[in-house]
Amino acid sequence: MEKLSGAEMLVRALQDEGVEIIFGYPGGAVLHIYDALFQQDKVQHILVRHEQAATHAADGYSRATGKPGVVLVTSGPGATNAVTGIATAYMDSIPMVVLSGQVRSDWIGDDAFQETDMVGICRPIVKHSFSVRKPEDIPEMMKKAFYIATTGRPGPVLVDIPKDQTSPLVKVPYEYPKKVKMRSYSPVARGHSGQIRKAVDEMLKARRPVIYAGGGVILGDGSEYLTKLAKLLNFPVTNTLMGLGAYPGSDPQFLGMLGMHGTYEANMVMHSSDLIVAVGARFDDRVTNHAEKFCPGATVIHVDVDPASISKNVRADVPIVGPVRQVLEEMVSMIEESPDRPDAKALERWWDEIKGWREYHGLRYEVNDGGPMKPQQVVQALYKATKGDAYVTSDVGQHQMFAAQFYKFDQPRRWINSGGLGTMGFGLPSAIGVQFAFPDAMVACVTGEGSIQMNIQELSTCLQYGLPIKVININNQALGMVRQWQDMQYGGRHSQSYMDSLPDFVRLAESYGHVGIRVDRIEDLDEAMEKAFSLKDRLVFMDIYVDPSEHVYPMHIADGSMRDMWLSKTERT
Amino acid sequence: MRRIISILMENEPGALSRVVGLFSQRGYNIETLTVAPTEDRTLSRLTLTTLGDDRQIERITKNLNKLIEVVKLVDLTEGPHIERELMLCKVKATGAQRAEVKRTVDIFRGQIVDVTSSVYTVQLAGTSDKLDAFVGTIGDAQVLEVVRTGVSGISRGEKVLSI
Ligand SMILES: Cc1cc2nc3c(=O)[nH]c(=O)nc-3n(C[C@H](O)[C@H](O)[C@H](O)COP(=O)(O)OP(=O)(O)OC[C@H]3O[C@@H](n4cnc5c(N)ncnc54)[C@H](O)[C@@H]3O)c2cc1C
Ligand SMILES: Cc1ncc(C[n+]2csc(CCOP(=O)(O)OP(=O)(O)O)c2C)c(N)n1
Ligand SMILES: [Mg+2]
Repeated sequence: MEKLSGAEMLVRALQDEGVEIIFGYPGGAVLHIYDALFQQDKVQHILVRHEQAATHAADGYSRATGKPGVVLVTSGPGATNAVTGIATAYMDSIPMVVLSGQVRSDWIGDDAFQETDMVGICRPIVKHSFSVRKPEDIPEMMKKAFYIATTGRPGPVLVDIPKDQTSPLVKVPYEYPKKVKMRSYSPVARGHSGQIRKAVDEMLKARRPVIYAGGGVILGDGSEYLTKLAKLLNFPVTNTLMGLGAYPGSDPQFLGMLGMHGTYEANMVMHSSDLIVAVGARFDDRVTNHAEKFCPGATVIHVDVDPASISKNVRADVPIVGPVRQVLEEMVSMIEESPDRPDAKALERWWDEIKGWREYHGLRYEVNDGGPMKPQQVVQALYKATKGDAYVTSDVGQHQMFAAQFYKFDQPRRWINSGGLGTMGFGLPSAIGVQFAFPDAMVACVTGEGSIQMNIQELSTCLQYGLPIKVININNQALGMVRQWQDMQYGGRHSQSYMDSLPDFVRLAESYGHVGIRVDRIEDLDEAMEKAFSLKDRLVFMDIYVDPSEHVYPMHIADGSMRDMWLSKTERT
Repeated sequence: MRRIISILMENEPGALSRVVGLFSQRGYNIETLTVAPTEDRTLSRLTLTTLGDDRQIERITKNLNKLIEVVKLVDLTEGPHIERELMLCKVKATGAQRAEVKRTVDIFRGQIVDVTSSVYTVQLAGTSDKLDAFVGTIGDAQVLEVVRTGVSGISRGEKVLSI
C-alpha cells in the first residue's frame, strides 16, 4: 500500500472526496499541508484576505452547488477568525468541512504559541468535530467528516490537526475508505409512509391550505417535487427567507416570503389557513411572530429530516421525519394515484380571498418624485438588468430584505444569504465562492455601506482571481436596519446607527483595481446597471445613494400574530 | 418533574464534554451525572438526572440523540426502573452519639467503613431520597462531609439498553 505523510493524506482525501476547490489562509501550523497542496494540481486553493472570508466563500460555494465547502486555516488567530463563518454555516445548515491547524500534540494545553482550543470553541457551532491523534486515523476521519457534513441535516464539521500529525517524516499506509458505517449516526432515509398518507388525507380535505417551504427544500433538492405538489393541488406557496427559489418566484401560486418582513398576503394566508404544509422549514421566530398566537385555525403537517426541528416552536399535528425530496415525491405519487382532489369550490373561494389581499397591499412603497431614490428601486433595476437570472448574494440589513422581497428567484440556489445568524460581511466573500462555482454566471452582491466594510478586503482576492462580481452597494449612509428599529421603538434616537465619514467607494474600488460607478439619480440607474453587467470580465462596484429614511414593510408588530403588521410608517393591520 | 436519562455513547475523548456542553448551551440543568465505560470498552454509559416538563424533556432527548457520539438513550423514568446512588459520609461520633449514629446507620442498612475515636465514615447506597433522609436524620450538626456519586439506573424486567 502507498505510504503518505499526514499532510499528503489530508490532500489526497480531499481529492478522493472529489473536492476541486478549497478556501484558506496559511500559517505555521498548516505549512506541511500547504506544502502538500503545492505539489499537486487537483485541488485548487483560493487565498482569501481574512479567514472569515474563507468560510463564507466556501459556504457560498456550497449553497450555490450543493457540494460541501472546504476551508483550511492555521491554528490560533487563523482558526478563531473562521469562527463567525462556521457559526453562519451552522445556523443555516450548510455542509462544510473546516481543517484547522493546531500546535504539536505534545504542546497542547501548554498555552503554546498560537494555541487555542478550537474544538472547545466550536462545540456549539458545529455538527461534529474531530481531532487528529495519529496520522493513521486521517483517512477514516476525513471520510466521516464529509459524510456527517453532507447527510441528514447538513452542517459544518471541524477537523483539528496538530502540526506533528502532518509531518513529512512520518509516512503511513493510505487507503481511502469506500464507505462509512457509524453505529451512533444514521440519518433518516425515508419518511414514514403511514404519516405521509395521513398528511395526504389532510391535504385532500383542506379548504384553506398553504404550503410553507423553507431552506430544507433547497438543501435537500426538493424543489421539483414541491412544485409538482403545489401544481397538482392548486395550493398557494410561501417561502421563508432561506427557501426563496425553492418554488418559482414569478409563479402566480407564489405568495412571496412570509414572516417578519414577509408579504401582506403571505402572512394573511398563513394566519387564516386551515392547513399548513411545512416542508424543510423550522418555524423560526422571524416567521411565526408570537408562537402562541400563531395560526390558530391551522392543522400543521411538518416534514423535516431533523426530529429536533419538529414541534420545537409550534406543535405539529402530522410530524414526518424524513428527507424532503423522498417525502414530497411519495406525496405526489399518492395524490396522483388517488381519485380524490380537494374541494375545488372551496379552493376557488380561498384564491379569491388571496387575490383580495394581494390587491390590497402587495409590496407597495412610495416613490420620491425628484427626491432621492428608493432602495427598492435599486433591486428592481437589478432584476431588470439581469432578467432575473443572476446569483444574488446579500449582506445583512434592510438591503437584504429588499432583495428578498423584490428579486424573484425562479430557481433554487440562486439566493444566497445569511438568515439564521444574520452575519454582516457575508455578501462579498460568499459571492466569491459562487463565482468560482459558476465562472460564467452573473453574480451580484447586494450590500449596504455598513456590511460591505466588514469584509471589503476581499476586493483584493477578487482582483487576484479575476472575479467579475457586481457589488450593488445600496448606500443609505446608515445602519439602516438598526435605524429602522430606533425609529419605531426608540423614539427616533439614532444611537450609533449613523455612518459618518464613509469612504469614496468608487476610488476605493479603483485602488483595488476594479471599476467603480456612483449613482445618485434614479434617471441614471438603469443605464449604470446595464453598463456594469456589460463589463463581463470586470468587478464593478456600484455605489448607489438612496433615501436614508426608508423602512422595510410589511413588518410584524412584535408579539402579535402573523397577521399583525405595519404596512407603512402610518398604516397597520 | 425529575427524570433519569441513561445514555449509551462512544467511549471517545470529547464525547462527555459534548453532552455537558449541550445542557449549558441550551439552558437545561443537570442535577447529577455519572459516567463509566461499560463491559464493552468502546462504549460508555452515562446517567444523568434533570428537571423538566414533558416538552423540555422531549427537547433534551432529541438534542442528545443528535450528538454524533450518542448511540442510544432512554428516559428511565418513563417505565419501572431501579435507581441507586452511593454516598460516603463522615459523621461526628463521640460519646453517647456513637451508639445513636450506629443505630441510624443500621436502620438505613449502611455500613461503617472507617472509624476513628471521633468519626465514623459511613457508606450508604439507595435512592437519592433515602440518602437525603439519612443525612436529614443524622442532622447538619453531626455531618462533617458528604460525597455522593449521583444516580445510576437501569430498567426493571427484560428491557435492556444495549446496541
Ligand atoms: C434581518 C433579518 C430578517 C429576517 N426576516 C425574516 C423574515 O421576514 N422571514 C423569514 O422567513 N425569515 C427571516 N429571517 C431569517 C430567519 O432568521 C431564519 O433564518 C429563517 O426563517 C429560517 O428559514 P427556514 O425555516 O427555511 O429554515 P432553515 O434555517 O433553512 O432550516 C432548514 C430546515 O430544514 C431541515 N432540513 C435540512 N435539510 C433537509 C432535508 N434534506 N429534508 C428535510 N428537511 C431538511 C433542517 O433540519 C431545518 O429544520 C431574517 C433574518 C435576518 C437576518
Ligand atoms: C456582524 C454583525 N454585527 C451587527 C449586526 C446587527 N445589524 C443588523 S443589520 C445592521 C445594519 C446593517 O447596515 P448596512 O449594511 O448599511 O445595511 P442597511 O440596513 O443600511 O441596508 C446591523 C448593525 C449584524 N447583523 N451582524
Ligand atoms: Mg446602510
